[in-house]
Amino acid sequence: MSAAVKAMPQSRLLLSGNDAIARGVWEAGVKVAAAYPGTPSTEILESLSQYPDLYAEWSVNEKVALEVAIGGSMSGARSFCAMKHVGLNVASDAFMTVTVAGVVGGLVIAVADDVGMSSSQNEQDSRFWGRFAHVPILEPADSQEAYEMAKYAFELSEAYNTPVLLRLTTRVCHVKAVVQVGERNPIQISGFKSDARRWVMTPANAKGRLPEQIAREGKLQELAEASPLNVLEPGSDRRIGFVTSGPAYMHVRESFPDAPVLKLGFSYPVPMALIEKLAAQVDHLVVVEETEPLMEHDIKAAGLLTIHGKDLLPRLGELTPNILIPAIKTFLGEPIPPATTYPKFEPFPRPPTMCAACPHMGVYYSLARMRKKVQISGDIGCYTLGAGHPWNALDTTISMGASMGIALGMDKARSEETKDKAVVAVIGDSTFLHMGMQGMLDIVYNRGNVTTLILDNRTTGMTGGQNHAGTGKGLKGDDAPRVDFVKLVEALGVAPERIRKIDPYMLPVVFKTIKQEIETPGPSVIITDRPCVLSEFYEKIKPYRVVDEDCTGCGNCINVGCPAITVRKSESKTRADGKVNELKFTTIDTAMCTGCHMCVESCGPKAIVPAQPVAVAE
Amino acid sequence: MTDIITNILVCGTGGQGVMTAAEILAQAAITKGFDCKKSEVAGMAQRGGVVTSHVRFGKRVWSPVITPGTADILVAFEVAEGSRWADMLRPGGIAMVNTIRLVPPVVSMGLFKYPDDPVAQMRAAGVTVYDFDAGAIARDLGDLKLVNTIMLGAIADFLPFPASELEEQIVGRFRERKPAMVEVNKRAFDAGREAARQRAAGNSPMAANS
Repeated sequence: MSAAVKAMPQSRLLLSGNDAIARGVWEAGVKVAAAYPGTPSTEILESLSQYPDLYAEWSVNEKVALEVAIGGSMSGARSFCAMKHVGLNVASDAFMTVTVAGVVGGLVIAVADDVGMSSSQNEQDSRFWGRFAHVPILEPADSQEAYEMAKYAFELSEAYNTPVLLRLTTRVCHVKAVVQVGERNPIQISGFKSDARRWVMTPANAKGRLPEQIAREGKLQELAEASPLNVLEPGSDRRIGFVTSGPAYMHVRESFPDAPVLKLGFSYPVPMALIEKLAAQVDHLVVVEETEPLMEHDIKAAGLLTIHGKDLLPRLGELTPNILIPAIKTFLGEPIPPATTYPKFEPFPRPPTMCAACPHMGVYYSLARMRKKVQISGDIGCYTLGAGHPWNALDTTISMGASMGIALGMDKARSEETKDKAVVAVIGDSTFLHMGMQGMLDIVYNRGNVTTLILDNRTTGMTGGQNHAGTGKGLKGDDAPRVDFVKLVEALGVAPERIRKIDPYMLPVVFKTIKQEIETPGPSVIITDRPCVLSEFYEKIKPYRVVDEDCTGCGNCINVGCPAITVRKSESKTRADGKVNELKFTTIDTAMCTGCHMCVESCGPKAIVPAQPVAVAE
Repeated sequence: MTDIITNILVCGTGGQGVMTAAEILAQAAITKGFDCKKSEVAGMAQRGGVVTSHVRFGKRVWSPVITPGTADILVAFEVAEGSRWADMLRPGGIAMVNTIRLVPPVVSMGLFKYPDDPVAQMRAAGVTVYDFDAGAIARDLGDLKLVNTIMLGAIADFLPFPASELEEQIVGRFRERKPAMVEVNKRAFDAGREAARQRAAGNSPMAANS
């Protein structure tokens, strides 16, 4: 449980940005909160759900999460939703029109950008959405600000009849810093009041609201100029004045302690008068913003053409002191101090791996065996790791739920060379329910020749194991209705005899089932049915070991990809025909092994046996 | 309180307890009245990948990340990970290294080689390394999970506050949840301190942040 949940007002705590936001949202008197998990935003809702007197849910995707929050706001309750940057792409249809309709209860959308790309498929800058949807953006730089801005955002939303974007980055969400918390506001819900001109966004009604939206943006600009969240900090070294926002502010202060800085917490609309005030005080003005030059472009568009920004600084990744200092010193013509004393050793890569006994390994082991015959369209989750060693059995990853649509497109665009290849889509349970169902419906409707593997591990794995509509549990671990995947895909139109449910630990069955389905024309679905080893549903079995004398060094078990299997001894052996075999004699870490027996299935000489004597049946 | 910031980089692999160790350090610093930031990148790195956590504390901490070449202490839960991050140390900083070798699948498959002696590599480059087998100490004490406490004990004499403050931060957690673990954690903490002292005594003079 987050330390903030039971903290008394005025307590001083070490909180992540995500925990701090949850506290701020709760204190603001929010009644409805919704999200779909996504790094780095996931913990906001997990933390928020632990507070009393508030409704919080895992929604099936970000669009639904935003719609739930919109419904709460229309009903006069302060409402909140959280998502990662790419989640707002999914939610954008609702977002682009609720900004026209406006709010009743404060409506705040926390959107977390993955600057530096620790766990995402792109590095898009969510601040674009403020400009696109004419909504204000608040950008905290640390946990204390995240807490304060989360709370203030609801006042701003109600006062200006607008949704508010709380723009976060990984360095806000996952950094822990000291926060002083406060008290909760009383909850007020006015209840839904029917008003078609307000809420039914037909062309006639929406058209009537558009001028208000534009006027609102002008008023927000005036507010930003006077906002206490925008601070002009004086400095003695006036060669450069910095305009900055979010965690980049912290890096600027660390790197240039004597420079004047305009710190923008209310960063859109850009407060131009404040910027002109800073520009008048300094020789040069440099905009330090991660990642896109949005403020820079706004400032240039307002006429300050001589400012600097992305001409000096990289457009990608974080703007940490080791990036900022050399860039600015080069600009000033100063010598650059050597960064480090000791050399950089790069011993070997240590890419993320699947866990010991991960049920996904059985599927990829089998797909790797038939690799030359299949094109494999993948999706987003732990199973994206199937693209890596030793399987190399994933050809595409684009966006949530994309595996099936892409597979269908591949099926319809075959060359002479690929005409006989099978097309396979691989997707997880949570991703299938998020945005995958529509792709499957499209395959059925358009008579695609695609076999879809739904890897049902009963959790949202990559984000740390969250519940969803297919786990039978809600956000708080309470019982919830559970989707039946077999019935679901049957309802989407897949023929019952082409829906196969298998145990991914049974390697020969997995191989045979995939082979049968890809060799038969028409849409088919294979559902694997083993829980994630990190989930509450997983039951550990007894570990195995390798009998050294029986191991022939064939290396088959290594190809399962289990991190509990390591090489004990390597040997080169020249065969009678002159070819050299690289032999790898293996061992199993019995402390890590949970007894899934996939390696046993892969072992020809039967050298893998239970680590402890098998108990005699009673 | 001086303006000096203490920078500690904790590194290892997913599942070793790197983040917990960093959390305990940060909590100890806050208890002492320091401003503190702790930063790590979670997500895909959790799955057996490289894990680092940056802990910075002092009168006022701005950036949450340690600039390369400015870390006072590198705490490495795994030996090759220690070498991976050695360039983060400031001149005269110390690397406290658990000598366990965790071999990733890409090495097992023969795609990459695990260095023969990462500690020797670091020393040859001039890094002050205090290396010891924390796993062996933990096994002697009867619980492999004690590695975390042992590594924290090892750096306890190199911090700008008394070792007892860090020990209390660890022991306090167990006193509430698992009182039976208090004594063995105290012993693990002391064993870590002792191991570091022995390595320090056997090494060339060092300038740690003591």
